[in-house]
Amino acid sequence: MKISVLRALFVVLVSLFFAPLAVRANEEFSIMHHIQDAHEWHLWGEGHSSASISLPILLVDGGLKCFSSSNFYHGKECVDTLEDGTVQSYLLGVGPAAGYAMLHEKIYRTHHDKLHFHNGHPNNPAPWDFSITKNVLSLFIGAVLLVVLMMVTANFYKRKGAVAPQGIAKFIEPLIVFVRDEVAIPNLPHGKHVKYLGFLTTVFFFILINNLLGMIPIFPGGANLTGNITVTFFLACCTLLITLFSGNKNYWKHIFAAPGVPKALLPIMIPIEIVGIFTKPFALMIRLFANMTAGHIIILALFSIIFLNKSAAWAGLSVPMALFISLLEVLVAFLQAYLFSMLSALFIGAAVEEEHH
Amino acid sequence: MELVTPSYGLLFWTGLTFCLLLLVLTKFVWKPILNVVNTRSKAIEDALKEAEKARHEMQQMHAENERILKEARAERDAILKEAKDAGSKMIDDAREKAKSEGAKLLEAAKSAIQSERNAALSEMKAQVATFSVQIAEQLVKESLASESKQQALASKLAEEIKLN
Repeated sequence: MKISVLRALFVVLVSLFFAPLAVRANEEFSIMHHIQDAHEWHLWGEGHSSASISLPILLVDGGLKCFSSSNFYHGKECVDTLEDGTVQSYLLGVGPAAGYAMLHEKIYRTHHDKLHFHNGHPNNPAPWDFSITKNVLSLFIGAVLLVVLMMVTANFYKRKGAVAPQGIAKFIEPLIVFVRDEVAIPNLPHGKHVKYLGFLTTVFFFILINNLLGMIPIFPGGANLTGNITVTFFLACCTLLITLFSGNKNYWKHIFAAPGVPKALLPIMIPIEIVGIFTKPFALMIRLFANMTAGHIIILALFSIIFLNKSAAWAGLSVPMALFISLLEVLVAFLQAYLFSMLSALFIGAAVEEEHH
Repeated sequence: MELVTPSYGLLFWTGLTFCLLLLVLTKFVWKPILNVVNTRSKAIEDALKEAEKARHEMQQMHAENERILKEARAERDAILKEAKDAGSKMIDDAREKAKSEGAKLLEAAKSAIQSERNAALSEMKAQVATFSVQIAEQLVKESLASESKQQALASKLAEEIKLN
């Protein structure tokens, strides 16, 4: 917990330090763009000389439509000046993407080849977008990598039986045993940990592998997947649902009729307890999101020093600092995976705990 | 604001991927690996217990050996002592017996000597008596060979009687 607070403070300080620089940065350079989802995987270069991997776009709009995102990125750029003077630039799709436009990575259906803005937001209808975005692809890469690593480990034991681990199993097995012995067993009531071990271990490795993939600067890494609110939202929802469905009589009794609380206080206590059900997974969601996003922002900001000052000499300052933060991020990758699974186990443990006398 | 707005597309794919991962990994990885780990840790525990037991048995055996050795030593000492005692007793007995036998022999010799001596003495006495009678005979013969001598002796004897 303490390290999270320190990191948050650190992010604030760094943000304050870089705020003037960010103002000077033009639209070609945007940290925010790098940490958010995109329909292409940018590799290097800017503008027309940039190299990127086009990703498939899947739209559900009266049937499934599937085409490459290059139909947007190599499409027509449209610049509208709104009534209040702000400028909005968006990409009009060509070829199979005709009839759609992409504004800030969000796809809308066009009306007369135009987007119509109201209060700065387009009021065109948006189709259901199930595209394989950068984050989705990163998710798949992470999942495949995880399955391969784990299958190699599982096969090792299948072949050799109960022997001392070798090779990759030497690395994976202690982590699995760590989740069981340090995450599940201490936080869950005796004997009940087996039921939740699958979820806790999967969450731990899912977060860990995606955190680590995010630390690799180029393809297939670098996507800010675990720093994406959608992913952390989903994981926190899993914990919430497991907590709710595992909650025993004792758990609900503590919420709706907390023992030892005067009856008169219950109208205040019950809403507080109900809010409490949701604040715990909400904190999980924010913690992982903020920590991972902050790490990406800091590293990108440190490297931006070089480009904002347009001098390679600044690398002498920025590279050691970014290296230090990168190493810290490797620690954080493990720490956040541990924290998420440990707190999930703690919340589930509180819900399945028997009454103490 | 976009940064903190969940997108349903990613949510869908995350949910799908995560659920598949959960199913596949739980069935094919976590359970088999943890089973193996449990089996192994149990095997190690058993082996350790076994080793501890063997060590204990060794110790017991060692103690037993020590005990047997000690007993054997004590027995040997006892036997030695007994043999020594028996030996010295035998020597003592023999000495005792020899002494008494010697004494007996000495006694017998002494009595034999005594009886020999008595016999010799009595023979000598008889001899001496014979000699004395002969000598006396001779002497009487001599002294009473003449009248004068007879006279002289009678006077002398008378003298002696007077004196008495």
